[in-house]
Amino acid sequence: MAYTVNGKTAEADEEGFLVNINEWDEEFAVLIAKDEGINMTPEHWEVVNFLREYYAEYQIAPAVRVLTKAVAKKMGPDKGNNKYLYELFPYGPAKQACKIAGLPKPTGCI
Amino acid sequence: MSTLHTVNKSPFERANLDACLGHALPGDAILLIEDGVFAAMKATNLAARMTDAAKTFKLYALAADLKARGMDPANVVDGCTVVDYAGFVDLAAANSAVNAWL
Amino acid sequence: MDEEFESGVVKKFMYVNRKAPYGTIYALEVLEMVLISAAFDQDVHMAFLDDGVYQIKKGQDPMSGAGMKNFSPTYRALEGYDIEKLYVEQESLEERGLTEADLLVPVEVLSRADMAKLMGEMDVILGG
Repeated sequence: MAYTVNGKTAEADEEGFLVNINEWDEEFAVLIAKDEGINMTPEHWEVVNFLREYYAEYQIAPAVRVLTKAVAKKMGPDKGNNKYLYELFPYGPAKQACKIAGLPKPTGCI
Repeated sequence: MSTLHTVNKSPFERANLDACLGHALPGDAILLIEDGVFAAMKATNLAARMTDAAKTFKLYALAADLKARGMDPANVVDGCTVVDYAGFVDLAAANSAVNAWL
Repeated sequence: MDEEFESGVVKKFMYVNRKAPYGTIYALEVLEMVLISAAFDQDVHMAFLDDGVYQIKKGQDPMSGAGMKNFSPTYRALEGYDIEKLYVEQESLEERGLTEADLLVPVEVLSRADMAKLMGEMDVILGG
């Protein structure tokens, strides 16, 4: 499959994860989110941007447990918990937010 | 007539480098590539042997494979020349045969 | 295996890394296996010996010249996965002209004899 927005096309795998992380931009993020039934708010962007920073630093998408802990460390316990993250990304914060962030499927996501 | 020998395995794990050094003729070129580049580094327990080898053979190491592994091209043994991919091609062209020790 | 995990028994696992990072796929495969197995909350140890010490050498750049993904930063993510027991064999470093300062993650450096002893204490050892 592929995503197309404003004349740009980015190839994705059968689950909707971008094949090439470098093709990602914010317009693709909004489009992927819409496919997932998510309307991007500043709170969503905060997590998506955090994931992109995590990937830039470690070259992997974190498992959900690791994401939750890392968010807690950076943004505090009000946001670094399952309830908050699942409210933003109901089908799994790691998997769904990673897809929107243009990252590969998280390592350790079973 | 000379030969370009390539060695692509770590000298700490396989005997490819030994086999190459045992069969190359004086004046031949030996190019270390992939995991073979570890043999080019100073301060390993092979360094004295490699410095010696560089006196008998023309010793080279591939820059991209050194950099990939975090090996500083400035830290290769005396007598070893670091070449890029174009240099690899030049070596292949300058020698009458290529012998890949795999 | 599944029954053992579900019963909550924590075993001592050791992943033994003995290969350099880019010439073969072993290093990356073991790293991915470790990240996945972190979900099972076992007592995970990672040993780096022989050419395995090259996996955690600082300054790797396989992308610009060789066009391969640099997965060395991922070793620094292990801490976030609660995998903090990293051991490096002293003799393996010395043979390769490396020191602890050349490594990109905090490790405990052990002699070959102590590494052997530690291996002897494990319940499960997986090579790579």
